[in-house]
Amino acid sequence: MQLWLIPLLPLAGFAMNGLLGRRMSKTAINAVAVGSVLLSFLWVLKTLGALGVFGGGTPLEQAYNEHYYTWIQSGMLNIGVDFAIDRLTAVMLMIVTGVGFLIHVYAVGYMAHEGGYYRFFAYLNLFMFFMLVLVLAANFLLLFVGWEGVGLCSYLLIGFYFTEKFATDAGNKAFIVNRIGDFGFSLAVFLIAMHFGSLDFSTVFGKVQGMPVESSAGWMTAIALLLLVGATGKSAQIPLYVWLPDAMAGPTPVSALIHAATMVTAGVYMVTRSSAIFLHAHGALEVVAIIGLATAFFAATMGLAQTDIKKVYAYSTVSQLGYMFLGLGTGAFSAGIFHVMTHACFKALLFLGAGSVIHAMSGEQDLRKMGGLRKYTPITFWTLLCASVAIAGVPPFSGYHSKDAILASAYEYAPWMYWVGVFTAGKTAFYVFRAFFLAFFGEPRWKADARDAHGHDAHGHGAPHESPPSMWIPLAVLAVLSLIGGYINIPKWLEPMFKLPEEAPGIPWTALVSVAAGLIGIALAAWFYLISPAIPEGLARTFSTPYRWIYNKYFVDEFYDSLVVEPMVDGSRSLLWRVVDASGIDGIVNGAGTTARNVGGILKRMQSGSIRSYAAWVVLGSIMVIIAITMGGGR
Amino acid sequence: MPALPPSVPLSWYLALSLILFVLGIAGFLFRRNIITVFMSIELMLNAVNLSFVTFSYKLQQVDGHIFAFFVMVVAAAEAAVGLAIILTVFKNRQTLEIDELSSLKN
Repeated sequence: MQLWLIPLLPLAGFAMNGLLGRRMSKTAINAVAVGSVLLSFLWVLKTLGALGVFGGGTPLEQAYNEHYYTWIQSGMLNIGVDFAIDRLTAVMLMIVTGVGFLIHVYAVGYMAHEGGYYRFFAYLNLFMFFMLVLVLAANFLLLFVGWEGVGLCSYLLIGFYFTEKFATDAGNKAFIVNRIGDFGFSLAVFLIAMHFGSLDFSTVFGKVQGMPVESSAGWMTAIALLLLVGATGKSAQIPLYVWLPDAMAGPTPVSALIHAATMVTAGVYMVTRSSAIFLHAHGALEVVAIIGLATAFFAATMGLAQTDIKKVYAYSTVSQLGYMFLGLGTGAFSAGIFHVMTHACFKALLFLGAGSVIHAMSGEQDLRKMGGLRKYTPITFWTLLCASVAIAGVPPFSGYHSKDAILASAYEYAPWMYWVGVFTAGKTAFYVFRAFFLAFFGEPRWKADARDAHGHDAHGHGAPHESPPSMWIPLAVLAVLSLIGGYINIPKWLEPMFKLPEEAPGIPWTALVSVAAGLIGIALAAWFYLISPAIPEGLARTFSTPYRWIYNKYFVDEFYDSLVVEPMVDGSRSLLWRVVDASGIDGIVNGAGTTARNVGGILKRMQSGSIRSYAAWVVLGSIMVIIAITMGGGR
Repeated sequence: MPALPPSVPLSWYLALSLILFVLGIAGFLFRRNIITVFMSIELMLNAVNLSFVTFSYKLQQVDGHIFAFFVMVVAAAEAAVGLAIILTVFKNRQTLEIDELSSLKN
């Protein structure tokens, strides 16, 4: 079935653009970058078609494996470069290549005026390669390769505008925070190799499923928790979520592709993939649920007061990822993956729409300086509306279906989690529509006269303008997917892997409550930002302390700075640099040099340059050797 | 192998070898003419050859003879090269005083 072609096509695109892109025309770069992803997408379709996915029957009940070669063989451990495709992978492949392709098309329009054009697309293609390796991998080590690779590409693309300090700082932050998570993940992989003697998914999970549930030993919980540490890093969960909002320093298509639709869901995918382990470690599963819920809740509050449109959506992403973890933690793995899929559509759309807005505003990201864009950018307006209703959970759009599945599972698990989730859903609707209303309604808060005066001037200086077709066509496609995506019944599709919960007949009241919460959120946003804009300012004044906390994101960054970063910097400076390095290591190195020089200063006196003195030394030495031999008894 | 005259004991040969060797060392250390130094080296080599041959006779083994021939071959080659070097040195420096040939120092 040639699964290897799926990731290899974007890799070829990367190699071509990365090596030759400097000398290629933009058209050629576009053709290579977008074409390779399109071919990859088509190959996914063809492969799935050949496996019978689009026909009737029950395809892919068993995973389809392909073994390429043995990578590492050491003792009992045998790790191959194997790709496997099962129902979960099929869903992820469709998301990654489908949404990835749309975002590539969008990026052609968005990046048209940017420098480093070929570099951007080379990185983007490299990202696609690693992401596809990640979802296709049939063992933990190969998954880890993809896992690290997407982290690398994330770093490269966040720091894409590398002449800006904040962008490189954000890239470093993302990379370093992810290292913490990866550390946990690699420890988990070691533990798995130690206890199962294999890293293959089929072997490990087969052994786990053979174990009785009661045997959830401590090491099983340890593996699950360490996997979770890895997932919290990659998927931006508490306590490692801090890198994702800063990651918005990258170009907007990157935010959409990597930091909303695909890479950040890798943690969800990995936990789902390892569901067998988690199901044998109930303590760890509960931690997953609590972390997810806490992340969803706190990130949503942080999103309430952000003024940068991309930051609002970034916190929204963190919050939605929290929902996914809540779903996983409460045992609804298929609902989590369902939300991954719908979220990929509507969040990619939100970011791309935000990019379109930013494009229209010639680079302005501050919501306070937007307003009234509705009549200038009608397509962006309508598509963003679709995404916003989808994320707010308004039926019958996609967000409603997946969020409802998660919340229903949370109610089964623990009612209080459900209520917190519902409250969060209300907040989600509120902040998304707040951003929407601030951008598209009300009086224009940009300098109208300055812009109108140049109204008929060249691109980028006039009044806000609609984006080119290469940008709005992906928006339109994603909008359609956001609206109808909920009818792709992912939980049903994943049923052979994860049992469906028994469904109560009719629409359960839990769904009605969460829909009501979403509608109340929208209504509040409309009241605050459309009807009487004085209210939010008044509220901010009245509740100035909580507002300040939310506005400053609970001072978590400052807290981490003072708890981790500053002690580390200070410790490095005062202890490691001044003491260990300057006096310790330098002392040893310089001491070795000085000693050698002193000894040499003594020894060099023997080097007189007179051949007869050398001969005399030889004779003296010989005599001493003879004496020594004689004294030693002639032997 | 013809027997040695019984009146000449083995130790005499070794004593002669030692005397020749010490003379060679003395010449090497205390003479200043390069050619003399060179001849002293040859003397030392031949002193060693003598003791090789002596022991070879005493132990009735051919190894010592072979060593002696090797030393002769090396000495011949060394003489050819060494004398050529000495000639060139004399041509360039118009001296054979060994203590004056120290331009490599410093």
